[in-house]
Amino acid sequence: MKLPIYLDYNATTPVDPKVVETMMPFFTESFGNAASRNHSFGWQVEKVVEDARESIGKAIGAGGKEIVFTSGATESDNLAILGVANFYQKKGKHIITSPIEHKAVIDPCHALEQQGYEITFLDVEKNGCIDLNQLADSIRDDTILVSLMAGNNEIGTLNPLKEIGEITREKGVLFHTDATQGVGKIPIDVEEMKIDLLSMSAHKMYGPKGIGALYVRRKKPRVRLSPIMFGGGHERGMRSGTLNVTGIVGFAKALELSMDEMASEAERLTGLRQRLFERLTSELDYIFLNGHPTERLPNNLNLSFGYVEGESLMMGVSELAVSSGSACTSASLEPSYVLRALGVGDDLAHSSIRFGMGRFTTVEEVDYAAEQMISAVKRLREMSPLYEMVQEGVDLSTVKWSSH
Amino acid sequence: MAYSEKVIDHYNEPRNVGSLDKSDANVGTGLVGAPECGDVMKLQIQVNPKTNEIVDAKFKTFGCGSAIASSSLATEWVKGKSIDQAMSIQNTEIVEELSLPPVKIHCSVLAEDAIKAAISDYKSRKED
Repeated sequence: MKLPIYLDYNATTPVDPKVVETMMPFFTESFGNAASRNHSFGWQVEKVVEDARESIGKAIGAGGKEIVFTSGATESDNLAILGVANFYQKKGKHIITSPIEHKAVIDPCHALEQQGYEITFLDVEKNGCIDLNQLADSIRDDTILVSLMAGNNEIGTLNPLKEIGEITREKGVLFHTDATQGVGKIPIDVEEMKIDLLSMSAHKMYGPKGIGALYVRRKKPRVRLSPIMFGGGHERGMRSGTLNVTGIVGFAKALELSMDEMASEAERLTGLRQRLFERLTSELDYIFLNGHPTERLPNNLNLSFGYVEGESLMMGVSELAVSSGSACTSASLEPSYVLRALGVGDDLAHSSIRFGMGRFTTVEEVDYAAEQMISAVKRLREMSPLYEMVQEGVDLSTVKWSSH
Repeated sequence: MAYSEKVIDHYNEPRNVGSLDKSDANVGTGLVGAPECGDVMKLQIQVNPKTNEIVDAKFKTFGCGSAIASSSLATEWVKGKSIDQAMSIQNTEIVEELSLPPVKIHCSVLAEDAIKAAISDYKSRKED
């Protein structure tokens, strides 16, 4: 077993060696510009790009022509939201989303608010679920878009895409989903789920960074977008810029590999997740699961370790690469906005750790991680005044704290 | 974020972790910070009432590595000092000793507050 152990697969993944191999010739030999229409260098890569487009589309039940390549999911989210908002503004200026979406969805929505759009943020339950009745009731005549993610990047909770799609289609409103954490991990079919726009990113599925795509439905209904990037008119005018051929080739290969083993890998990762959870809870008290117990991404486990602060915990497990919702780990000095929106207290948000497992995670690594976590939590609780107070029977909510 | 060697040293081998008897008249307890803010420090001093010298100090901290290091260092520094000398310890000295980055300065402020709160608790109990 090689140390340190990477358990942050929800942040990014290593590029699979098979993917790298597929990409190599497109750096030096087949380096043409896919938009070069007048020589073989261009034709050759254009064909490769079109094949990649078809293959990526097929993985989500779409056609190749419906795939618009972007620099990643952040750009895809921005293009979907700002593009739809601008194009359909005569129809209305109301968008529905949720407070636990990725910032790449929330921030463009806030930017639109400044331009006179109205955004409804749905309520979320403690486990990260939305209320479908509230969604249906929130749709108005001037609603143009509903944007709800496939799986939450922090807490792993899955949204019921099919049920959401039923509602939005019936009401004639476009449905965008940020499926960055979902594609290649859970079954997604844009037809069956009535999805109109879908964001994805290669680097979450063992592909390279800097390449992603936005699925834009072409019929029933045909989705129109105003571009946010102008230039050569690439990608049917929706996204100008020379195509990142190496990235596209790697993206297609990465998704193909993920789809090949999706079902078995989901089962294996769910097993590892469960194993880690059971090991930790058998040795430690005051562990709180963040997110839904079963309706969650197979590879994500988010736990709050009561009375221990997240950053100090990460320092204690320096051989593990995990992430925390603690304020101390963020530039803003605010604890995770996702955990806050769920109503997890700030104290427990500070104590949260996200474990992300993936293709190269082994049982041995999970067991080692559990051991490390257990000993670090025990050690830090020995020096935690809060744990001591709780052991003495003090109700921490009744203590008058001197906040600073 | 990279931690300074001294922060790592205090984190790995914190000095004076533990608790003193709160009910002892010669013990002063300072509890500062709040769980919602992500750091709580408990710092206790035991004072020789004849000499006003701090003969022992203990701490427990819920917080990041820098908060743990700041409070660990604070217990080291107050031991052997008179309560007046301990009162004059400044957070900037802790920042300097531990090479804390700007985002961690609040940890040193909290440690200074904890020392002052412990001394003030000791004094108020003496007056009763």
